[in-house]
Amino acid sequence: MPAVDGRTRPPPAPTPCEAKPLMLRFIIRRSLQMIPTLLAVVLIIFVIFSVVPGSFISSLMAEGRNVMNAEVLAHLNEQFGLDKPLPVRLWDYLWGLAHFDLGISYRTREPVWNVIEPRLWPSIKLALTAMGFAAAVGVPLGFLAALKPGSVFDTGTMMLAVSGLSVPEFWLGLLLMYVFALQLGLLPSFGYQPGSIRHIILPAIALGVSPMALLARTTRAGVLDVMNADFVRTARAKGLSEPRLVRAHVARNVLVLVLTTLGLQIGSLMGQAIVIEKLFSWPGIGSLLVDSVATRDIPVVQGTVIVIVLWFLVINMLVDVAYAAIDPRIKVT
Amino acid sequence: MLTRFSLMAALALGTATAAWAQDATPKDGGKFVFVAPYGNSITSLDVTATPHTQDEIVGKAINRSLYKWNPESGKPELDLAESVTVSDDGKTYTYKLKDATFHNGDKLDADDVLWSYNRLADPKKALPGAEQMLQIAGVAEYQAGKADHISGLKKIDDKTIEITFINLANPGWNLMSDFAPIYSKDYPEDQLASKPNGLGPFKLANYVPGSKVELVKFDDYFEKGKPHLDKLDIMLMGEAPARDVAFRNGEIDVNVLGPVQYEAYTQDAALKDHILEVAEVYTRNIGFNPKIEAFKDKRVRQAINYAINKDLIVEKLLKNKAYPAVSWLPISSPAFDKNAKPYAYDPEKAKELLKEAGFEKGLKFSVTATSNESWGLPIVEAIIPMLAKVGVTVTTDPVENSVLSDKILSDNFESFIWSNSSGPDPLKYLTCFYSKTPQNACNYVKFNNADFDKLIDQAGNETDPAKQNDILRQANNLLEEEAPVWFFNYNKAVMAYQPWVHGLKPNGAELAIQDYEDVWIDDSAPASRK
Repeated sequence: MPAVDGRTRPPPAPTPCEAKPLMLRFIIRRSLQMIPTLLAVVLIIFVIFSVVPGSFISSLMAEGRNVMNAEVLAHLNEQFGLDKPLPVRLWDYLWGLAHFDLGISYRTREPVWNVIEPRLWPSIKLALTAMGFAAAVGVPLGFLAALKPGSVFDTGTMMLAVSGLSVPEFWLGLLLMYVFALQLGLLPSFGYQPGSIRHIILPAIALGVSPMALLARTTRAGVLDVMNADFVRTARAKGLSEPRLVRAHVARNVLVLVLTTLGLQIGSLMGQAIVIEKLFSWPGIGSLLVDSVATRDIPVVQGTVIVIVLWFLVINMLVDVAYAAIDPRIKVT
Repeated sequence: MLTRFSLMAALALGTATAAWAQDATPKDGGKFVFVAPYGNSITSLDVTATPHTQDEIVGKAINRSLYKWNPESGKPELDLAESVTVSDDGKTYTYKLKDATFHNGDKLDADDVLWSYNRLADPKKALPGAEQMLQIAGVAEYQAGKADHISGLKKIDDKTIEITFINLANPGWNLMSDFAPIYSKDYPEDQLASKPNGLGPFKLANYVPGSKVELVKFDDYFEKGKPHLDKLDIMLMGEAPARDVAFRNGEIDVNVLGPVQYEAYTQDAALKDHILEVAEVYTRNIGFNPKIEAFKDKRVRQAINYAINKDLIVEKLLKNKAYPAVSWLPISSPAFDKNAKPYAYDPEKAKELLKEAGFEKGLKFSVTATSNESWGLPIVEAIIPMLAKVGVTVTTDPVENSVLSDKILSDNFESFIWSNSSGPDPLKYLTCFYSKTPQNACNYVKFNNADFDKLIDQAGNETDPAKQNDILRQANNLLEEEAPVWFFNYNKAVMAYQPWVHGLKPNGAELAIQDYEDVWIDDSAPASRK
């Protein structure tokens, strides 16, 4: 967070006419910066899966149940280009990617996008709901704890935060299932129903507890920091009421920090949801990624990772844009 | 020992039969919520495009094949064909097809069968179900590009087909496969993966990839009066703890159990009366690679079999959710020899054999293993101290599932622990030890024994099932004597079911594959199932 001097007048904010092209330029530049990041990710995934043992063909025999015809295996290798040298496969993939073609799934034999697309909205929905829970609980808790530092409430909140950060998601998910589904019978223990709020509550809480704890700690630290700043002391000396002080000066300054944490967390939640999605049979990107890695369905692994990385980059770009809206001292250039 | 194994088999089948026999007159209507427990997704709704059991669980509801597996009799029987006549030489079968309707309204005819089998065998399609077509005459030539059609397939009229096979083995074993269903020749092939069109008792209503498959009753199903259920939901649930909570909460109607859950369920008064158990046709084993000098010697392989107390492992680690193995063929196999005795736990005999083989100073090898609780690293860790007592040092080579098969298929292992199919067709699965069967097919240990080959050849040409079983029994006993693997156990598959569910069958081929058309629910079912 930039140093704030209560006596210094902030630099003038750009007029709306100046801001629009500035913002557009910023978005375009950041979008272009995503390309090398994505390329690096594609290269890393490609190299990793070409050196790790196991292949799609061997995954077909992994059950040890059905005998596969050697002719079929040879044709599958040929059909998916797995018999070509690695550089050729990489070039083919990059060429396709340049034409917005993510390739064909080895497993389902469908275009990769057709495999990913139905998983996208459930993942986004779960990530947003988990983050909504985290923000709705974590930020007020952190705020209130910081307003009464050293109190029982503060100590209790921070204990909760530490527990939330350290508890394994799988265990927490099972605990929630046991209490709210099995013992209390309030919610379904698993599954996905489009439009159903009841089905999303438990996975969202299980996923949201860790970012909630992080937000509580971050908010508390931010509020304590701002509360001790010179401009707050000045405002208080001028006789500003405590509620107004908190609302107009503290909250606004802490918001940038909260937004940064929110952005980073929401960006990474889609990737972090793997365990929760599997546990709750939630049909998201995370469980697709695990299944695809296990069966070495490399095009889907790459496509899924690209989507997760894109999600992360776009969210963080939006956070940067939001900075400017919240704090006029921050320019998007 | 005879008594023990007879008792075990009786218990396995008896428990299952008891659960099945209690069923009264089936009632129509309601919803059954089944689980596909082998992961959180399926590969494709086109079951011909996959070799996975998880897909078969769904495919079984949607499709039908020429034959079907009868879990009660343990034999294949006609399904889409109403009758069959066999030529004098025993190789040509003429099938008269039943009147059956596809989900889109198309009527089944001979061209559909020919089209489906041609498609499966087509090398360009690279479909896993091609394996089931290899018994048909002319398929090998067609696949090799030496023929433009399959000579063994012939349409007699719209309802009659003639199929010529290359040997005398019962073709039902291959053609009953759920991976070789009959599709409509007029249905767009590119829609099979998303909008399947089968002849099965249920048709697709909704598919949520990674979560569930919802099916509804197909009113024109060819078996009159079936299916009993109006709806069938198949939940894709790979996580055992989550299944446990959902089952106890009544959200799912069945739960496939692992060893730990098996122990818990059998001790729970509320659950223990609704458990279906069956001896499944999977043999868990440690395969020895003969490229390791010591494993070329039969006495070394036998010594390892003597040195391990498998009964103890089955009891303590697998919580008795398995049957100690005798040889390759499982208890439920028609060729299983009830008089055969398994290798006894006898470390002194093991030491003696190792000394005779010149390994009195010991030997060392690694076992490639996954983390599977029933046939993976926990088992290897249990055998390490047992083998150490006879001077054999074992190290572990931990891998994940697809790496295990990759290492085995590429001959990159010293030994491996795996669970392999050993039925239901005894000939097919003993042929995995035939010297001409390649390692990357299923002769993973490159077994090569002229006497064994001779028996397999004899069995393949024997038309009398009883005589064929006798020969296969001899082959299986020979395999035990030769010990190309450590015979560990046969899986005991266990499924818990809700008290309102009826009609589940003790399917020894794979318990998770059920004849859904025979399942029904009674009036005690909760409102969500009605």
